Amino acid sequence: MLELDGITAGYGAFTALWDVSLRVEAGEAVAVVGPNGAGKTTLMRVISGLLPLRTGRLIFEGADLSGQKAYDVVSHGIAHVPEGRRIFPALTVGENLKMGAFLPSARSHYRESLERVFTLFPVLAERQGQRAGSLSGGEQQMLAVGRALMSKPKVILLDEPSMGLAPVMVLRLFDLIRRVREEGYTILVVEQNVRQVLKIVDRAYLLEVGRIKMEGRASELAEQDFVRKAYVGA
Amino acid sequence: MVDPLFILEAVINGILLGGVLALLALGLNLIFGVIDIVWIAYVDLVMLCMYAMYFMVTVYHWPIVLAGVGSLVLGAALGLLVHILIISPILSSPPINQLLATGGLLFFIQSFATLLWSTDHRSVRVNLPVLEVGGIFISFPRLISFALALLAMIGLYLFLTRTFVGTAIRAVSQDRDATALMGANPLRLYLVTSAVGGAMAGIAGALLIIQYAVHPYFGGAFGPLTFMICVLGGLGSMFGAFVAAFIMSQVISVGGVLISTEMGYVVAFVIFIVLMFVRPGGIFTKRT
Repeated sequence: MLELDGITAGYGAFTALWDVSLRVEAGEAVAVVGPNGAGKTTLMRVISGLLPLRTGRLIFEGADLSGQKAYDVVSHGIAHVPEGRRIFPALTVGENLKMGAFLPSARSHYRESLERVFTLFPVLAERQGQRAGSLSGGEQQMLAVGRALMSKPKVILLDEPSMGLAPVMVLRLFDLIRRVREEGYTILVVEQNVRQVLKIVDRAYLLEVGRIKMEGRASELAEQDFVRKAYVGA
Repeated sequence: MVDPLFILEAVINGILLGGVLALLALGLNLIFGVIDIVWIAYVDLVMLCMYAMYFMVTVYHWPIVLAGVGSLVLGAALGLLVHILIISPILSSPPINQLLATGGLLFFIQSFATLLWSTDHRSVRVNLPVLEVGGIFISFPRLISFALALLAMIGLYLFLTRTFVGTAIRAVSQDRDATALMGANPLRLYLVTSAVGGAMAGIAGALLIIQYAVHPYFGGAFGPLTFMICVLGGLGSMFGAFVAAFIMSQVISVGGVLISTEMGYVVAFVIFIVLMFVRPGGIFTKRT
């Protein structure tokens, strides 16, 4: 469904990703794990079109999206929940969700999408008229995910969804991601919380200093000695 | 002692003036809030629209309402032109260069207008009566301007809060990348913003020409006043600009009656300077 083929990208003279290839099949949940500064966020930004790729190809459902801008990429069905959530703090919760449905194709399903998001995250329905910036970290993350769902995506890119959340909230969040998955969305998630994320995905890639170091089923990867020592903390 | 009726009249005139000032401040503030560049030449676009009104109504005898619509369209077109020709190439330049570029536009427009139309004062005569209510005289054109300015602001408010594009314009002012991730092209939103800001200038031009004569240096009076209002209300804050416009117009109008017209402006600017020392972020900015 989503295929990256030999992607190189970076900022200025700095190359953050070297020849990265990965694939996500329809209905799959895939994680990219790795230490700080490995290039995980850069990878997500390249897929969603926020950062132009230098070489390589980005294929989604047979269409070549390499070089497309972010506002075009999303219209193909790739929704990106960025690192740090990036909700619109001065807009209300309802207006944030409305922005999620900005695409013409999403606008016509606005009402039913809203209902789905409210069923998934009832707290957002209660807080509709409240300024998004006044929400707690966990609620903001739910809003960011809800906003992404409003565009009726096929794939959701989650960048460090657990970052900055209290431990209790992290557990709830992973539970919610599992529920989003059960709704039939394909998920590509980047996470530092390796132990938790490997429990909810099918496969995972290990990214280190801009290169894919290892790939495998989540359960196998969790058993790898050095992954365990370095990231799982077992 | 000044007759209390005079003061009441000044208060009413102040409110009426505040309507158009608020419209100008909202237009300028919208552009600043979204694109993050201050259009120094904003009121000079208003001046161009006033000239257009003068030609459409006095020279070509268009009906004034049609001319008003023409002024709105011209304002929107000028806003687009300014954005495409001047702002868009310098979007990522240092702020000082952006200031110099839009400041340069101001001198260009003023000189160009002088060259084309000389420094004569031109006005549009509207045969409207002066209302007298209980000894207070209210100019009818001012009343109409106020009402239309209010309508335009309500329209702007509904556009920004009720439509997808309007909401996206507010969103892009907060987070450009996140707005792009929603499927909205930020550069296109900048274009819409510039056109809407320009249309506000066009409406303001149509409302001002029925009260004031136009000349190439018209922006010299209303330009600084508009900036002052925007800064006072907090740059980028629509609500702040709206309230600040009415505060300033009251000071100018009542001060003008109590002391003298010139002193009204002096007092307004003194209040502005003092407030800038006390609350540099504008009167409505919350202290953090």
